[in-house]
Amino acid sequence: MTAGRPGTSGAAAAPKGGPPGGRGRRLIPAYLATGGRERPRGTAGFDRLTLLVATDQQPPELDFGPEHRRLWTLLRPGALTVVECAAHLGLPVSATVFLAADLVGGGHLLARSPVPKAEEIDRTLIERLLVGLRALP
Amino acid sequence: MDSVPSPEPATAPAAEPRPGQVRYLPATGQTLMKLIITGPFGVGKTTLIRTLSEIPTLHTEEVMTRSSVGHDDLKGLPEKATTTVAVDFGRLTVPGDLVLYLFGTPGQERFFPLWQDIARGALGALVMADTRRLADSFPVMDMVEEEGLPYAVAVNRFPGAPAHSDDTLRKHLDLAPQTPLVQCDARNRRDSIGTLIALAEHVLTRLPEDD
Ligand SMILES: Nc1nc2c(ncn2[C@@H]2O[C@H](COP(=O)(O)OP(=O)(O)O)[C@@H](O)[C@H]2O)c(=O)[nH]1
Ligand SMILES: [Mg+2]
Repeated sequence: MTAGRPGTSGAAAAPKGGPPGGRGRRLIPAYLATGGRERPRGTAGFDRLTLLVATDQQPPELDFGPEHRRLWTLLRPGALTVVECAAHLGLPVSATVFLAADLVGGGHLLARSPVPKAEEIDRTLIERLLVGLRALP
Repeated sequence: MDSVPSPEPATAPAAEPRPGQVRYLPATGQTLMKLIITGPFGVGKTTLIRTLSEIPTLHTEEVMTRSSVGHDDLKGLPEKATTTVAVDFGRLTVPGDLVLYLFGTPGQERFFPLWQDIARGALGALVMADTRRLADSFPVMDMVEEEGLPYAVAVNRFPGAPAHSDDTLRKHLDLAPQTPLVQCDARNRRDSIGTLIALAEHVLTRLPEDD
């Protein structure tokens, strides 16, 4: 083989610097520190492509901080994914998930996951994708 | 700017998105799918995403995992304990109510945990390569293979870069016979759509026949 790529069995692909999680403190930015409520609450199942939609229940100022209200306000006109909300608000994805989970818990947002699960990725779906890609202008 | 770790911790910038600037999605009826656009710094990831995206490309500041930061540097310097890295993404709605999210993920090995987190649930990856430094894409291909993601290789043609046949490139990249290789100009929309078609065709070949 004349190719230059080293074998894939070695350390080349291993993440550097030890196991994830590690020791030490996790720094919590100020906007995540809320009145003593425990976190994370109900963030399981959220990811970058979770679709968020505002309900007409505005989050009361007493229960929610300004970051929660920024997220709800952003979503008033229509639906966006978590990652788009994070980008528009200038927040990390993880922070956006915390905010969204709180707002879903309070009935101020609805969250859906319109992402096919691994077992739903089948030939029919990919063929549909190919037809769509070939039809793009 | 993707792939360049910034020393700033991710804090919320003040500016709110201007009205009309945000492109909303329908609340129902669409299927969302994720594709990873990866490769070494400067290979054309952001360019390809910009070429394809229906929205101005966005980015998130992702907080690097602790494991990627040397512990010794941290003593007494908690404000330096996290680094952030910008991850670009774009959105492409495909006829048939499918919405593709294209994530430009940094290919460096030290970003592997972040890379894995973003790649989880992705349909596949496009690994970009530059003929002037093909070897820079090797670690990226290793990461994609380790993750078990189907991938295609897009060789981005830069002006003045040596031209090679597909066969030569395949040999130098040590590609498996079934891995698609496409040459493209990431600034060109048809070329860029072509790379996604090659990837989707490859994903299809890996799926079992319907009953
Ligand atoms: N000629 C040519 N230049 C390109 C192409 N793709 C990207 N570039 C240029 O290469 C530079 C790096 O591209 P960028 O997309 O930022 O790379 P990234 O780091 O992988 O996101 C930019 O100045 C682009 O304008 C291409 O296909 N052809
Ligand atoms: Mg980039």
